[in-house]
Amino acid sequence: MSLFLVVALPFLGALLPGLMNSAGRQACAGVTFTVTLAALIGLLTNLPAVLAGEVVTTGVNWLPMLGLNVNLMLDGLGFFFASLILGIGLLIIAYARYYLAREDNMGEFFTYLLLFQGAMAGIVLSDNILLLLVFWELTSLSSFLLIGYWKHLPGGRQGARMALTVTGMGGLAMIGGMLILGQIVGSYDLSVILQNRELIQSSPLYLPALLLILLGCFTKSAQFPFHFWLPHAMAAPTPVSAYLHSATMVKAGIFLMARMWPVLAGTPEWFLIVTTAGLITMVLGAVIALFKHDLKALLAFSTVSHLGLITMLLGTGTAFGAMAAVFHILNHATFKAALFMSAGIIDHETHTRDIRRLGGLRHLMPVTFVIATLAALSMAGIPLLNGFLSKEMMLEEATHTALFNTPWLVPALATVGSLFSAAYCFRLIGHTFLGPKRDDYPSAPHDPGPGLWLPPAILVVLVVAIGVAPFLAEPLVKLVTSAVLGDAAALPKAHLKIWHGLTPPLYMSVVAVLGGLILLMLYRPALRLWDAAPRPEAKTIFDATIASAVSLARGIIHPLHNGAFSRYAALMVVTVIAAGYHAWSTGTLGAATRTVQPAGAVEIAGWVMLVAATGGLVFLHRNRLLALILIGIVGLMVSVGFVFFSAPDLAMTQITVEVVSIILLLLALNFLPNRTPVESTVLRRTRDALVAIAGGLATLAMSYHFLLREAVTSPISEYHLANSYKGGGGTNVVNVILVDFRGFDTFGEIIVLGIAALLIYALTETLLDGPVRARLLNRTPDQPRAGDMHPTMMVVLTRVMMPVVLMVGFYIFWRGHNEPGGGFIAGLVVSIAVVMQYMASGFSWTSARLRYPYHGVIGAGVLTAGLTGIGSWFVGKPFLTSDFTYVRIPPFEKFELATAALFDLGVFLAVVGAVMLSLESFSRLARRADAQDSEHPMDIDPSRDPADVTNPAKEGA
Amino acid sequence: MELLVASAIGILTAAGIYLVLRLRSFPVIIGMSLLTYAVNVFLFASGRLTVGAPPILGDAASYTDPLPQALVLTAIVISFGMTAVVVMIALGAYLGADDDHVDDQAPPEADLKAEDAT
Repeated sequence: MSLFLVVALPFLGALLPGLMNSAGRQACAGVTFTVTLAALIGLLTNLPAVLAGEVVTTGVNWLPMLGLNVNLMLDGLGFFFASLILGIGLLIIAYARYYLAREDNMGEFFTYLLLFQGAMAGIVLSDNILLLLVFWELTSLSSFLLIGYWKHLPGGRQGARMALTVTGMGGLAMIGGMLILGQIVGSYDLSVILQNRELIQSSPLYLPALLLILLGCFTKSAQFPFHFWLPHAMAAPTPVSAYLHSATMVKAGIFLMARMWPVLAGTPEWFLIVTTAGLITMVLGAVIALFKHDLKALLAFSTVSHLGLITMLLGTGTAFGAMAAVFHILNHATFKAALFMSAGIIDHETHTRDIRRLGGLRHLMPVTFVIATLAALSMAGIPLLNGFLSKEMMLEEATHTALFNTPWLVPALATVGSLFSAAYCFRLIGHTFLGPKRDDYPSAPHDPGPGLWLPPAILVVLVVAIGVAPFLAEPLVKLVTSAVLGDAAALPKAHLKIWHGLTPPLYMSVVAVLGGLILLMLYRPALRLWDAAPRPEAKTIFDATIASAVSLARGIIHPLHNGAFSRYAALMVVTVIAAGYHAWSTGTLGAATRTVQPAGAVEIAGWVMLVAATGGLVFLHRNRLLALILIGIVGLMVSVGFVFFSAPDLAMTQITVEVVSIILLLLALNFLPNRTPVESTVLRRTRDALVAIAGGLATLAMSYHFLLREAVTSPISEYHLANSYKGGGGTNVVNVILVDFRGFDTFGEIIVLGIAALLIYALTETLLDGPVRARLLNRTPDQPRAGDMHPTMMVVLTRVMMPVVLMVGFYIFWRGHNEPGGGFIAGLVVSIAVVMQYMASGFSWTSARLRYPYHGVIGAGVLTAGLTGIGSWFVGKPFLTSDFTYVRIPPFEKFELATAALFDLGVFLAVVGAVMLSLESFSRLARRADAQDSEHPMDIDPSRDPADVTNPAKEGA
Repeated sequence: MELLVASAIGILTAAGIYLVLRLRSFPVIIGMSLLTYAVNVFLFASGRLTVGAPPILGDAASYTDPLPQALVLTAIVISFGMTAVVVMIALGAYLGADDDHVDDQAPPEADLKAEDAT
């Protein structure tokens, strides 16, 4: 199966659990299981090629300009990790089916799980480091959802947030590191990068790249000092912990270190940083784990410790170290997943994970006891179990590693780590299962059904099988190790075996196991010592860091962003003016190249009207109705200006938009207060006036100098003018630009317009459903209502005019390609005709005659325009290529038929729909308020309050 | 003539800014409409001012620049859509809270405390 499918299946499958949710838990888990199984089988079909030593690759170009391509590759390492992810995933899904309680939303859980699984599979199969980064971030996000799955638990939310913060920050650092790496090599493809060891290690940018990438790996894999997030992520449901902390999430950092091993490892910097961090993490994690009372916390810190162990092995930079690391990844995934699931079983059955409240479970839960004990003994490094083998290899490697020129340091610390590791494993067994049976368990424990114990049991079978017969795992480990090493080092000759003879590692192992037993006997005094020792609490430090970052941000933002819109507006205007002034004072101004055109009396008169209306607005805006009239004048003068300066299309658009805008504002004013009260101080108004005058002067100066100079280069519209008729078949160049040259822009614009109208509709619906509805119903209009709601003259006139206006609209639409007009203007004209019906004959009357809902009209318009564009695909042309021809139907004149006209029809429909839907939404508000809208036109409203008629003083109040 | 258009743009801008800085939603909307006019006229004027040469192909020797006109035409229609959305939001806010102030009426300190308390 194609690698694409292996990665895509979990993502596509993530849609299914949500759909299957109502079909029951079995179906929901079943479909998730099937998807994962399909991906796993797909992966396994590539096994023969991988075994033959081939690297399976596949790829498509996504953004080749950025070097970001969807290139996938499958070699031994990728195969190993992918099969861990999918294989353990299968067991986890089966386990989770029985673990989750009835009230947990299973569809949601499995959706997150599959998203996470897909992201992990993407990481390990990526051949492009940018693609890898995308998947890397996806794991951070999906693990956030998984860890915080129990949203009602504060611990879950905080743990999820902490995990996201730490791994997300690491991810950011890693983006930097990967970009540097790509810059050094000149390619973002892993297969290329892995060939360039010398180039990368000799580059001066090697160290920054290394540090940034390691930061990403260490945060993800919970290495010291970033180890603190992992235990807090234990608030997640146990299947999540088992999955994230055994086989997947935390192994992503390890995977990347292994993947990058051939090019990054082997330098003193790598050795020093990675080995030290690994060693500290290993010892620290083991020590803390011993003193944790929560089973899952104990396992979490043991995970931290074992991740440190693997990191340290990778850090040594030797081929044997890499092989030991690979082997331990395998072993750790098996026994740790089994242990987490066992802990989940204990929690599930006894309703507690506190070791101090457990003990004696051996008799009550024999199956769990066997599973957990075998897994824990393996973790402790007891012979004949797989943990022993890799731990021996680790100790062997440690004896050959000298850190800080001190040969005994690494072996000694490794032994200490192993000692504590053995101690907490023994404690896990001893304090949970051994000892006398108690009678104060929170719930009576017994072994669960096979659904819960079978998945860990399968893993424990592996633990024992590898432990007894390590040669079974050897081909796999060798294969993966050779993939890790690449060309950088030869595969070690050593074999995986149980008995190596009386070697130093064996003595160290014996010391660790015996020391662990002794430590456990001295547990009580050791615990007292531990409790008395002062130590920093990572969560407190983390919370304090976050709090100080928040207060810093608040300190900067609050003075600027205090909830006062007028302040932001003023700040923005002042900033823009300052930036403009800076450009003005530092730039140079060429000489004027255009001659000033003389202005006659008519032009000046028009200007005076515009300025007077604008000035009137500033001084009289408190009377809101008057303000509407004044802004109407401004709009009218702007339209006249457009006509004068050779823009008939613009003038027609502006004047029609003006009409609908004023109607809209009138509808709004129906609800808003009629006057704006005087609130601001004189000082404030002076300040605003100064800002406004500065802004006005700046735009004046800019426009004036702009108008006096020709364009720097010849405008592209020369092309439009030359090709409008030849290529577009129309003589109205503006319309040809809209529907042909820049048709794609127009397509986007009618969509925006449609969305705006739908938004208004949705807001109205929300308002009418909410508490506003009651307010509207109880509202008494502040204006006296008209006696005849539907004046006869107006009704008659609008109905007579309707067909005329439609004809005009049709005419404007049809001539638009050659003469001023087109879809936009025709749409607005027709809208006005329809709005007039609403105004004259009333909402009910008009709505009753409305055959198509306006949403549908918008949709039909966008669809028509889109389908017209798609149509050109069928003749092998790009989207929205237009064509035209001339036809003659007697007795008419010869006329033109263009596909652009069909597109313009889409524009027309979208404009009509959008304008009408907006206006209709506003008037629906009004209808709720004055519910006595009459079905019949031309009637006298009997419900009108007679007091209003007799009280003319109220008029205009 | 150039000065007339440039000053009209400037005056529309100044009035628009002044009204946008008012405290109630209605004058702010009016101010934004004025700014829309100013911006549209400015964009239109970027094709330079030409009298009596509309971009309708015929026998004329030269035509005005059609591209800014096409840009402004859609801008006018879209600005209607945006105005309608803003008016709807203002109306919703007013009907919901019986208050048409554009600024947050609570002082920022009280706001801070309210945030901390949650």
